[in-house]
Parts: sequence; structure tokens; C-alpha cells
Amino acid sequence: MTDQFLFGVEVVLNGLMAGVLYALVALGFVLIFKASGIFNYAQGVMALFAALTLVGIMEGQVPFAHLINAIFGTDVHYFGWNVPALAAILLTMILMVFFAWAVNHFVMRHLVNQEPIILFMATIGLAYFLEGVGDLMWGSEIKKLDVGLPQGASIWVEENTAFLGSDNFFGFFIDKLDMVAALVAAVLVIALVAFAQYTKQGRAMRAVADDHQAALSVGISLNFIWVLVWSLAGFVALVAGIMWGAKSGVQFSLSLIALKALPVLMLGGFTSIPGAIVGGLIIGVGEKLFEFTIGPMIGGATENWFAYVLALLFLVFRPQGLFGEKIIERV
Amino acid sequence: MKKRLASMAVAAVMAASPVLADLVFPSLSYRTGPYAAGGIPFADGYADYFTLLNERDGGIGGVMTRVLECETGYNTEKGVECYEATKGEGSLVYQPLSTGITYQLIPKVEADGIPLHTMGYGRTSAANGKVFNNVFNYPANYWDGASIAIKHLLEENGGDLSGKKISLVYHNSAYGKEPIRTLEELSGKHGYELTTIAVDHPGQEQKSQWLQIRRERPDYVIMWGWGVMNQVAIQEAANIRFPMENFIGVWWSGSENDVLPAGDGANGYKSLAMHNVGSDFPIYDDLKTYVLDTGKAAGAGDQVGTVLYNRGFYAAMLAAEAVKKAQEIHGEADITPAMMRDGMAALEITEALMEELGMPNFGPAFAVSCENHGGSGQGKIQQWDATAKEWNIISDWIDSDKDVIQPLIMADSEAFAAENNITPACADS
Repeated sequence: MTDQFLFGVEVVLNGLMAGVLYALVALGFVLIFKASGIFNYAQGVMALFAALTLVGIMEGQVPFAHLINAIFGTDVHYFGWNVPALAAILLTMILMVFFAWAVNHFVMRHLVNQEPIILFMATIGLAYFLEGVGDLMWGSEIKKLDVGLPQGASIWVEENTAFLGSDNFFGFFIDKLDMVAALVAAVLVIALVAFAQYTKQGRAMRAVADDHQAALSVGISLNFIWVLVWSLAGFVALVAGIMWGAKSGVQFSLSLIALKALPVLMLGGFTSIPGAIVGGLIIGVGEKLFEFTIGPMIGGATENWFAYVLALLFLVFRPQGLFGEKIIERV
Repeated sequence: MKKRLASMAVAAVMAASPVLADLVFPSLSYRTGPYAAGGIPFADGYADYFTLLNERDGGIGGVMTRVLECETGYNTEKGVECYEATKGEGSLVYQPLSTGITYQLIPKVEADGIPLHTMGYGRTSAANGKVFNNVFNYPANYWDGASIAIKHLLEENGGDLSGKKISLVYHNSAYGKEPIRTLEELSGKHGYELTTIAVDHPGQEQKSQWLQIRRERPDYVIMWGWGVMNQVAIQEAANIRFPMENFIGVWWSGSENDVLPAGDGANGYKSLAMHNVGSDFPIYDDLKTYVLDTGKAAGAGDQVGTVLYNRGFYAAMLAAEAVKKAQEIHGEADITPAMMRDGMAALEITEALMEELGMPNFGPAFAVSCENHGGSGQGKIQQWDATAKEWNIISDWIDSDKDVIQPLIMADSEAFAAENNITPACADS
């Protein structure tokens, strides 16, 4: 096999891995949209907030330390203990559940029956609010996130594939973190689909997604389902925050990963969990291959815009996305 | 009732009347947004230096200083708003810490006659003071930086880079593209092969770029990044096991923020430095006594000695010294922006002066003139020690290649002058 072909295969493999990471972010959007018809602009900020909280808890940081010190003239920053990663993840999850309750209690339930655009605007406000609270609570500095995930090239893969090409081919590069992310995403999707299909709460969630009024009429609590869905989205945000945060450190830019999820949603559909994964994979592979083949001819840095071009091309043929529900309005 | 109304009227008049004379230094800071981690330490250092002068010396020449902070979020429109909102306050010099904001402010400051100091960023050809009367970019600019990196590599390779492959990984913006022309010129001169690799904002995902580097195996990688792009690039370089000692970032890619997330993988990474590192300088003892221990530090007071804090501190020192020079030239303590410009254009930083200030060898010695607003164009190389979690300076001051850079500066600035109907000349005092 020629080296160029092998490099192409390497790009596809890494595109698949990148796609999984995009899909992790997209999943949070899908969960909330599916259950409530809300496009949650705050999903990226939720990933940032969850990751900030996780690091803060692990490092024993005093929340709102700057505020406390400014008001009371104290100088406290850390409790002086470290929390193990697993316990910190659980504590973060509890906070995300509380956040879900607060969103529903203070924002969403007051907006029942409002136009979708109003709900969307509410999530924009929520994003800015959460961004500020995150800063105030944990500070703006970049934090290293270390929950024990492996990182760096898989030497095993490199060594066992190097023979495929000439001396200029060094074996396939696969990041161990990406492999873990792929595994986690697979488990997450299976768990979410199983939850939606086979549990009482999952069926109630689907009923709410189909028709709010009908679900209410058979005794399903809309409040409970929305808290549940926002909690699940919070959990997905935490997972995405861990994976992306391990790459770049936990910092404000984590909230911008939402931009990577939009073309995935356009392509995979806003209402399909498997669609988010397939959409992510197509976007990941498509943008990496385009950068590899065409990028050098036009100056590179094509990935951001090409992902949207690819999604738009799909929209021309399937406006509802690959797995989205076809909207039929009778007049 | 009448008495209360009268006292309220007096209070209102007092509030509306001009405040007592002070020297105003606007700080277009960004403590929020994607680049806050870089903006906070710079803003803290900038503010703390002036607080120290107020607390220890009673200001500059007997006039108290006032830092006017305005949040830009690294957003160009907000930066311009901040300028418009603060220029009427008697602002002496602007330091926007953003190339985007700098480009928007250049025509404004030239029209308003207020100096702009863009230290190691902004428009490189502003070094030609005859075209850009009110813009200063001492002690070094982007093109100096590119040349300093190449000079360091020349030194490492016995003065010969012919046949070597160098890749530039750059932020796909006006800022990131700045060094390309200089590196191309230098490639012609020294015979190395240059590849440019763009990374789109914000730079969270760089797999394609580092796979390309892994395929092409350049001898050296130079980086022109900012924000999350730096952290991800260093992590990806570690992932592909690129030799970190062959990876050099510009001075905006060389703070603690950039290397800490990669942990041990960042060990050996190098970057340019336009000033010294750490807090082992006598002035920091005064800072502790007069500012930190008295609770007057800006922000949380936890950034002292970090690279970007030192940069803000250094920028404030240069501004304060320019004020002293202006006071000396004009014989007035309460100076105007035009006087400040004269002070900046006549600024002379010597090693003796820095020692006197408690900042020995903190930055290069240089002199500014009407023609040269760019300073000495020198820089050092710093290297990250991941075990000690500190930067170490590993070179002396390196001169940039003026033979290559000066013609580029002249060509670019003269083109700007022609486009804008400017007749190159020194500013009137």
C-alpha cells in the first residue's frame, strides 16, 4: 500500500474519533430538543460549568472564593483536601441535577406554551448567566483536568501498523484519549437508547416528546420529565467536558465546542440519539478528509466552515436531517 | 427640606465637577471571555504597578495615577467603545492587548493625538514613527519575534539552517499571519524550507494540523497562537511525541497557562520572551509591602510573577517612565496626552535605570526616537521546566535581523502613508 493511501486511512480513523467527540456534545442538544422542543443554546456552557465544577471539587477549591474574600476581607481559596475523581464526578452530577431543577423551577415552567423562539432566547440568557456563575464560582484561570484518562499516541497501534508502509510511514496515530471517548460514547448511546425504550421514565420522556398535552392527560408529570431530561443533558455535558477538558485544560473556550455540534445536529437530526453519533462521524471524517486532500491547495484551516457546508449539502436532500422526524403540517 | 435639597445640589455639583488632577491610564482589559486567562494577569500587573507608585511614591512627580479599567472581552467592537468612553477622561496612553482592537484604534489615536502602546503586538510597521506619530510598539514587534526565533535556531545549528524544514503553526487571523512574510524572507536568506499551517479560531481541535506535522516531520515548529490554541497545540505536540525543545512559540504562546494543562508532556517547550521571568526582583518586595499585604492588589492578587503578570507590570513601568520623561521635557507634572507622546518618543531605558527601579535585567535596554517607535527589537528564549513548573531564561538578549525587517517596515508603513495621504514627518512637540 502506498504511504499516501495509509495517511488517508489515518486521517479517516482520526476523523471518526473526532466525530465521536463532536457527537458527545450534540447528544446533550438532542436530549433536550427531543423531550421539550427547546434548542438549548446553553449546552456548551453546561459542559464548561460541569468541567469547572469537577476540577474545583477535585482540587478542594472554595466556591465563590473571590466573592467571599472581597465581602468579608478573608483570604480563603482552598479547603486543603483533594477529592478522588469518582467522588468528584458524583458530586458534580448532584450539582447538575440541582441545576436542572433550578432551570425548570425558575425558568422553563414559567414559559410553558410559549413560542419555541422564546424558549430559545431563554436558553441564551441561561448560557450567559451560567458563564458568569462559573467564573464567579471557580475563577477564570485555565485548570488542568486529570481524572486518570490515558492520553497520547497508542504505541501499540503505531508499532503494529508501521510495517504496512515504507520507512516514511510511522504507523497509525491514534490518541488513547480518543479511544476512551469512543468507548464512553458507545456506552452512553446504548444506555440512553435503552433508558428511552425500556424504562418507565424513558417511555414517559418519549410521550412528552410526542405530545405534551396528551402526556399530561395520562398523568405524566411534565415538571419531573423536564428535570430528568435537563439532568441527563447535564450528565452528557459533564462527559463532554471531561473529554474536551482533558485535551485543552478546563477554560472558557470549552463552551465554544457547541459550535462543533451544530453541523452534527443539522446532519443527524435534532431528535435522534443514534443520529447524533452518525452525524458526528460523517462530519468528523468529512472535514478531516477535506483538510487532508483539498486544504493544502487553498491555505488550510478549512474544517470549521467545511463542516457547515457538508451539513448544508445534506439539508438540501433531507431537511429533517438523516435521522430526524419528517415534519408534516396539514393545512 | 430646603436644606436637604441644597446639600443634594452641592453634592451633585461636586460630583459633576472635574476630579483633582491625576494621571489617567486606561486599561482595556479582558477578564471575561475565551481569552480571560491571558487578560487577567496582564491587567493585574498593569494596575498593581500604578498602585505601587501611588502607595510608595505618592504617584509620579507628585501626581497620583488612576487606572481606568474597561472590559473588552477581547472583542474589537467593545474595545473601540471602551476607547470612546474613556478618551475624554484625560487618558494618557492606551494599551489594548489585542491586535484587532489596535488596528481599529490606529486611525482614532492619530486623529485624537492620544498615544497607543502595543508592546509586542499590533501593527508591526507602526515602528516607523514618522508615519505613525502616536503609535509605539517598543521594545519588540512580531517581525522581530520571527527573526529572533530563527536566530536562535541558527545558533543551535552552527549558523546554518540550509536544508532544514520549519513549520509555522499559526492562528488563522491577522495576528497569526504577521510573521509569515518575515519568515519567508528569512527562508530565502538562510535556505530553510518553510511550511505554514493555519489553525482556525479558537483552535480547540487541531488533529489535522498535527497529523500533517507528524507526516512531514519538520525539524522545528514555530507557533503563533493565543488562548486555547496554545494549550491544544502543546498537548497535540506531546501526543505525537514531537521533540519539545524544537518547538518554539511567540511570546504570546509562552505563559504558564499554555503549558500547565499538558503536564509533563510540555517539558522542554520553548518560547520567546520580551522580558524576564519570575518574581525574584527587588521591586516585588515593595509590591508585597505596599500593595499585596495591604489588600490593594488588583484581582485576586494571585498572579504575581507569572509571565503575563510580569508583562503587564513591565508595560506599566514603561508607561510610568514615559510620564517621567514627559514631565522632564515639559516641566509640568500634570501632563497631557500630547506631552505623553513626547515622553514616549524620547524614552530611554537603560540597565542602570532598571536597576534603580528594582527591576535589574527585567527587559532590554533601548531608546525610542521620533523615527523608531519599535525599540531595540530584542528578545530572549525561555524554556519550560515541567517538574519545577517554571520558565527558565536560556539565552541572552538576541538581536533581530534588522537588515531584513527594516526594509519590510519601511515598505509597509510607506504604503500605509500613501493610502492615507500621510506625509511622513515627526510629530510636533
